[in-house]
Amino acid sequence: MNTIALVGNPNSGKTTLFNALTGSNQRVGNWPGVTVEKKEGNFKFKSNIYTVIDLPGTYSLGSFSEDEIIARNYIINGNPNVVINVVDATNIERNLYLTTQLLEMGAKVVVALNMVDEAEAKNIEIDIQALSDKLGAPVIPTVASKKKGIEDLISKAVEIIDKDMDCKANISYGQSIDQEIENIKKFLKGKELAYPPQWIAVKFLEGDKEVLSMIKEKDEEIYKNLESMLEEDSLAELELEIVDKRYEFINNITSLAVKKPKENIDTITDKIDRIVTHKYLGLPIFALIMFIVFQLTFSIGQDLLGGFVGSGIEILGGKIEALLINANAADWIISFVIDGIFGGVGAVVEFVPLILVLYTLMGFLEDSGYMARAAYIMDNIMRHLGLQGKTFISMIIGFGCNVPGVMATRTLENRKDKMIAILINPFMSCGARIPIYLVFISAFFPDKGGLVLFLLYALGIAVALLVAKIFSKTLFKGEASYFIMELPPYRIPTAINVFRNMWDNVSEFLKRAGTIIFAVVTLLWILAMLPMGVEPYSQSSLLGHIGTAIAPIFKPAGYGTWQASVGLFSGIAAKEAVVAILGMVYAGVEEGTELVKAIQSAFTPLSAVSFMVMTLLYTPCAATLGAIKKETGSYKWMIFSAVYSFLVAWILSVIVYQVGTFIGLS
Amino acid sequence: MEIKYLTQLNSGQNCKIKKISAGMMASKRLYEMGLNSGAEVKVVKNDIGPVIVSVHGNKIAVGRGLAEKIIVAN
Repeated sequence: MNTIALVGNPNSGKTTLFNALTGSNQRVGNWPGVTVEKKEGNFKFKSNIYTVIDLPGTYSLGSFSEDEIIARNYIINGNPNVVINVVDATNIERNLYLTTQLLEMGAKVVVALNMVDEAEAKNIEIDIQALSDKLGAPVIPTVASKKKGIEDLISKAVEIIDKDMDCKANISYGQSIDQEIENIKKFLKGKELAYPPQWIAVKFLEGDKEVLSMIKEKDEEIYKNLESMLEEDSLAELELEIVDKRYEFINNITSLAVKKPKENIDTITDKIDRIVTHKYLGLPIFALIMFIVFQLTFSIGQDLLGGFVGSGIEILGGKIEALLINANAADWIISFVIDGIFGGVGAVVEFVPLILVLYTLMGFLEDSGYMARAAYIMDNIMRHLGLQGKTFISMIIGFGCNVPGVMATRTLENRKDKMIAILINPFMSCGARIPIYLVFISAFFPDKGGLVLFLLYALGIAVALLVAKIFSKTLFKGEASYFIMELPPYRIPTAINVFRNMWDNVSEFLKRAGTIIFAVVTLLWILAMLPMGVEPYSQSSLLGHIGTAIAPIFKPAGYGTWQASVGLFSGIAAKEAVVAILGMVYAGVEEGTELVKAIQSAFTPLSAVSFMVMTLLYTPCAATLGAIKKETGSYKWMIFSAVYSFLVAWILSVIVYQVGTFIGLS
Repeated sequence: MEIKYLTQLNSGQNCKIKKISAGMMASKRLYEMGLNSGAEVKVVKNDIGPVIVSVHGNKIAVGRGLAEKIIVAN
């Protein structure tokens, strides 16, 4: 089967083009060995099926970030039949920087000159023929969001698959560098390396360590020789000079093929930016937007849609229970199906509408271009904490789920930024924790749901920032961080992008509900049934014993009962399990008004707040701990994360309860 | 021609990048984003947060710490 790789800058419309090419034929997986998401899709053309691989969006194909390495390794080792390079027509100079590197790698490239409609609106004139001639690669104008030019693009890509095309950019790096390149090429001549010699030579002069170690794997001898050549030259200057020369090459092309007006036009983006990035207004507007997002999530996702799903599950559960009783099924089977499956997994499924709304709104913000502004606004605050604005984006993603939140720290190039961002991410209240708050809110603060939720999220952020400040002064002292971020023009999000993004996340959540959470719920159910003959979910079950053993720890926080302890214990496996377990141990039901009533009698408003603070901040769930292990590359940091967040949560929870009691709130 | 740091310019001013004296990683990233030496940029916004510049009509926010290491001529 033929494969087509999709490469492009962030914000070039690459994802939109991927969606336009493949429609609903998509799969999401991971690149082997790393946590970076791999998207694959198919399309059919003239009765042949083609696979499209969506490579991570990058500005360059160097070795700064995992994304860049994945993209270029795939182009070299994955042997795609053709590479579609998505180029933003409104920002052609910078986008062609990536193109020059692709051409230098000897890849068969088709340029999809995207968003030509926007370029036209900005009075940018592009001579497609001249551009194509100069690059030595076909250029097809497209508007991916309106599905324009897609067929031309496909037929051109398919056409050159079987053609012998030598599209190599002839970049001159100036006499001395060109001479060096020739020397290296001469040395490499006749040696089997599977990479184009020109590319190796340039990358080598750019001081690319990754390429060197790739060579080392193939041939130690060549590596040693190259390494000895490396020491002879001072490479630091060369590295930037090479970038400069690439831009020179691009400027020569664009001066011929692109006419831009001396732009002084005040675009809509400029007008919006003046308000949302305003010195004083920026932050309140950001807070307001987030507040509206959570308010909508709460009212539409929970109150409106969640209720439907909840009663649907209840009715279904009742029907199945009746069916099982009619069929004379054994008691333990009925208990497992109703308490275990419907209780555990059902309680999770009930929150799908909420997560659906949250991800739709977040996807909308992301796709519109506002998220970059959020990072800009937050950079000023983050800088004072020794961090940078981009860290805040991984934090926002953590609001959905901490696993992708932790994974999103990959875009941070600096180790200090990355480590701190990973360690504070679990303080961002993920979607799975919402059900816990909801039960306590309906029990004690039914009129103030949105406000309580907002305050909890705000507390999570505040704790995260405070901890970040402490870490940057202690654990990761002295390492510098920097902030560079593109602010793309605002665009109206395309429905399909928002929908796909939401669907990928929701289906991931459902998959978790069907696997990990199902396993956890089964295990907890077994613990609740053993030893044989015990009253299920009672204090004398194994689960009850565990709860009783750890309960004293939580006494100073106001909920030192074995039931609450069991709930928190289950939450380390998966936060979704907390509500289901609380339901079973308190009321023998998994959700609904009976649980709320049971909570009302077991907690006070004060201990409820204290408990919510605990669940907000304590030890991350198993899946997140797994992601932390993977991203930090060490068990040490994983254990550190589990322990320190528990301590932070416990201390704050105790403070809330003790101070509250002292001032007479209990 | 006056040599200044990027942070010393006001919103709306145009300038040409002369030199970036930041670390290798940050410098290269700036270069790759189009802020290489010789690039003509316009300062869109420079107040309390990162400096926003426009390169070829494309907006890029550069943190203040880094912007202090970008030497420009206007």
